[in-house]
Amino acid sequence: MSNILALIPLLPLLGFVFIGLFGKRLGRLTVSIVAVGLVALSFILSAVAFAHLDGGRIAVEYAEWMSVGELKVPFGLVFDPLSGLMALVITGIGALIHLYSVGYMAHEEGYARYFAYLNLFVFFMLTLVLGSSLPLLFVGWEGVGLCSYLLIGFYFETEVAAAAGLKAFLANRVGDLGMIIGMMVLFAFFHTLTVSDILLQVGKPSPEAGFGILTFATLMLFVGAIGKSAQIPLYIWLPDAMAGPTPVSALIHAATMVTAGIFMVCRLAPLFQLTPITLTVIAWVGGATALFAATIGLLQRDIKKVLAYSTVSQLGYMFLGLGASGFAAGFFHLFTHAWFKALLFLGAGSVIMAMHHEQDLFKMGGLKSKLPVTFWTMAIATLCIIGFPGTSGFASKDEILYLAFLKSPVLWAMGVAGACCTAFYMARLFTLTFFGEPRDGHAFEHAKESPRTMILPLVVLAAGAVLAVFLGWPTAFGGSFRIEQLLEPALKFGQSKALEAVHHEGNPILLATISTLLALGSAAFGYTTYRGGLAVAATRAARFPGLHRLVLAKYYVDEALEATLYSFIRWLGNLMWKLIDVILIDGVGVNGPGVMTSIAGDFTALFQTGRVRNYTFGMALGVLALLYIFLT
Amino acid sequence: MSAWISSHLLTFLVFAPLFWGLIVIAFPERLAPLARLLALLGSTGVFFIALIHLLRASPEYGALFDERIPWFTIVGLPVDYHLAADGLNLWLVLLTTFLTPLTLLGTWNSITKRAGAAAALFLLLEAGMLGALLAQDLLLFYLFWEAMLLPMYFLIGVWGGEDRKYAANKFILYTLAGSLLWLVALLYVASKAGSFAPPLMAQAVQTLPDKVQKTLFLAFALAFAVKIPLFPLHTWLPDAHTEAPTAGSVILAGVLLKLGTYGFIRFAIPMFPSAFIHYAQALAILSVIAIIYGALVAMVQWDIKKLVAYSSVSHMGFVMLGISSMTVIGTQGAMLQMLNHGISTGALFLLVGMLYDRAHTRMIADFGGVASKMPIFTTFFLIVTLSSIGLPLTNGFVGEFLILNGTYIAGFAWGRMIAIVATLGIVLGAVYLLWMVKRVFWGPVNTDEDSGTAHLHEDLNAREIAVLVPIVVMIFWMGLHPQTFLASSQAPVEQLLKEAKAPAPRMKVMQVQGVKP
Repeated sequence: MSNILALIPLLPLLGFVFIGLFGKRLGRLTVSIVAVGLVALSFILSAVAFAHLDGGRIAVEYAEWMSVGELKVPFGLVFDPLSGLMALVITGIGALIHLYSVGYMAHEEGYARYFAYLNLFVFFMLTLVLGSSLPLLFVGWEGVGLCSYLLIGFYFETEVAAAAGLKAFLANRVGDLGMIIGMMVLFAFFHTLTVSDILLQVGKPSPEAGFGILTFATLMLFVGAIGKSAQIPLYIWLPDAMAGPTPVSALIHAATMVTAGIFMVCRLAPLFQLTPITLTVIAWVGGATALFAATIGLLQRDIKKVLAYSTVSQLGYMFLGLGASGFAAGFFHLFTHAWFKALLFLGAGSVIMAMHHEQDLFKMGGLKSKLPVTFWTMAIATLCIIGFPGTSGFASKDEILYLAFLKSPVLWAMGVAGACCTAFYMARLFTLTFFGEPRDGHAFEHAKESPRTMILPLVVLAAGAVLAVFLGWPTAFGGSFRIEQLLEPALKFGQSKALEAVHHEGNPILLATISTLLALGSAAFGYTTYRGGLAVAATRAARFPGLHRLVLAKYYVDEALEATLYSFIRWLGNLMWKLIDVILIDGVGVNGPGVMTSIAGDFTALFQTGRVRNYTFGMALGVLALLYIFLT
Repeated sequence: MSAWISSHLLTFLVFAPLFWGLIVIAFPERLAPLARLLALLGSTGVFFIALIHLLRASPEYGALFDERIPWFTIVGLPVDYHLAADGLNLWLVLLTTFLTPLTLLGTWNSITKRAGAAAALFLLLEAGMLGALLAQDLLLFYLFWEAMLLPMYFLIGVWGGEDRKYAANKFILYTLAGSLLWLVALLYVASKAGSFAPPLMAQAVQTLPDKVQKTLFLAFALAFAVKIPLFPLHTWLPDAHTEAPTAGSVILAGVLLKLGTYGFIRFAIPMFPSAFIHYAQALAILSVIAIIYGALVAMVQWDIKKLVAYSSVSHMGFVMLGISSMTVIGTQGAMLQMLNHGISTGALFLLVGMLYDRAHTRMIADFGGVASKMPIFTTFFLIVTLSSIGLPLTNGFVGEFLILNGTYIAGFAWGRMIAIVATLGIVLGAVYLLWMVKRVFWGPVNTDEDSGTAHLHEDLNAREIAVLVPIVVMIFWMGLHPQTFLASSQAPVEQLLKEAKAPAPRMKVMQVQGVKP
């Protein structure tokens, strides 16, 4: 079993090395078979390992990575329900998106480069979830960031892609700083960075001893999650990341990488559970992001940008769940979201392909008849994300909103408001794409359904999005919320205390009814607004010109950052270089003595007149002075 | 011959490049290609001999090779010709012998006038650096330390860019000024100890009053800090790097700077333990300033080479931070980071040189879209960049991670704060390097006829790839299995810190008096 475990991440790495070295010489078919095949094989191995798991955990150490004093980090993997489920999502949805890419990227240059990066991404993502220690998690953490950078900048010859890649890497690095600080603090406190060893110590009595320092550590780790999972204020990179190819947006920027922050918090759940202040911060940041990003999504014209802001918002819901101590609930939303958001992006990719790389919603319309499979699969995903009763999205979001209500009714209200926005922008996106009259006749004429390699993943993902509900139908509606029991060994690892009884305060059914009715109302409002085209929306927007402009400009956040933070850092660099280095240190300190010497030389040279008369005069003066000194 | 090499390996390592260099330098101008080839072959031979002999020995404990003979007496003080290889200098010696042939091969066509003489100077430089790294007698160390300035002075002054005279003078005056006080201090200690052997000198230092110890330490620290270079003594470095020919920059960044940090570990800490502990926090603060300052200034540079030069200030700040932490984790991190910086920054200078050879400009604004024109070059540049910004699984990460963790648990009051501020350097490192990469490599091809991109017609040739492949192999080896490089210094570093932290006899008495009944 231990060898199988190592193969799960190593197979995609093998694919990267192979395609990276020989990709240009291999045909496209070989590249596709290797890339898709290895990830699929990895999925099968993950499934086998998961079947053998039976509620336990498999931990293997293979070799030493670094070992200095107490700081010992082995290359080790841990396969438990949490990392196992993540591995299944990564390799399963990953394999489907690889397959989809075969069709989507068929006519692109750099085909081999694309698949090499994509395989490398799967390797790093698996390292992130399976790694046994925080530094190893960090290897994956930064590695997926690198792949994200490379794939966002896949069309590197365009300025937009290059800038977006850089922005993504740097925003992530700011978060990574939090991760590094968090690790330093945890190492100083626990003398280990192996996750299971930390959690076993957390389970010991009187952990209150380090309450302050642990709160600081978890807050710093959450800063890392803010960067990777695109929360306020570091969310700014994710919408720009849409410059990458659409399957990349589906895999990295919706289903897997951006959920790494949620995974990390779940991985360390017992530690976060100890620090209620951090949990409260997580809940409020998550709730604020869920609402804030959803409002920006209301007015975006680019189909991928709508989905990007939607992803930011949905990640906010996940953090809202985690912050309300609903680790299983947050993770369940990660799970359901992975299916329906990947499906939405791939559906959008199918639409974009059909429209000859047109991403503007205002130029689409009426595509229902032209793209039947895309239409129906995207319909399922849309129902999921707006929380239509009975769907997986309903189940996971409802559980989060209920827990949020227990934490604070204000958080619940923010979540419901965000859900209304979600329902509106999804109805808008769906209506503008598939219903009404075509707004670009020429593109519409030539639109046709995507090839089979792209259709098959859509159908499988749609099935997954529907079936995901069975993993966690809420207890309030007669379900058993199975995912909570499934994940318990991981989420409560090392905890001696029994599972705390769930307090059923409030009225979950009433709360769910209110939020669902409001969301469905918003969806209906969105549909009626855009059913007949753009005219109705334009007149309604004209009634609030200031607000409309503000939201349309995404609250001017990028502009504000450029005007303040970015230009301040550049100013600081220039100040140090030109003032301190050139003027102070070199000008005064280094060249100063040289200049002084040469001035002194020039000055004394004035007396070197070469005339004996002057010298004699000087000597006479000197003798007189000496006589004066000695005789008086 | 081979038996003699085995028994006098260290002497061979120092003097083979020296004599070989003196032979090569005698070649007339028209035989320059031959001279260059001989220099390459000679330095390659030295590398393999060093590799075979040094790695065969078991490196865990004590000195692997030790050669010591009385040399001469100066004002009654005996000077020993004493060379030794141990866990503290083993990998730095190998780094030096590794980089010298790679640099010669990597800059094969870069120098056109009097190429033979330049190649010979590299051999002399190698001899000086190896001598300084291996010397165990402080006066011998001093002699090699000053001797290696000369070849570098000529390399910058003769083969440098437009401002080469200013840069070369600044380089040599800065360094000489730094080592003047050091010479006085070391002569003073030697006169007290009656020897130039560090252990005896350390004992003599213990008997001196506290204030004198601190003053002497500061004189040592000044000389080493100029070399590292530590803020605010760093301004010679950007000029020297910018004006030096590519090969000079590679060796300067790759090895020469390390002599400063190595000097702290080899001499300053064992000789002045209590003074070092006293100033450790101040040194750590200067190191953090260097990290942040170097990164911020690197960010706003227009010239790629100057950017890399300032990045050296930032990276060497990390090394000094690790040493200042006085923890095994931090110091081991510093040992590794010295090698990392030698490999990664050396490689960056080589790559910038390859770009300059083609485009005849190094201004960032002159480029754009290089990736479309030179995909292989871009791949190598990206890998080296990622290693320089410390991406995990490349060499840069392990060193920085150990240094930061070691600093966080350092004994002094502000250790935690210093470590947290130092992590900013990791973000800024990504900012200045990847922003530069974006402007130079990505985006549309710069179509301006006079631009640098327009002059790029050929991607890397086989010779250049042959130089870069070993470097990339090292980048991943050090990232994936750092223990290869950490194992040999583990015991010596533990020993060093244990002795440094052990209270001196005189201090013990004071402590006993302070103990409550």
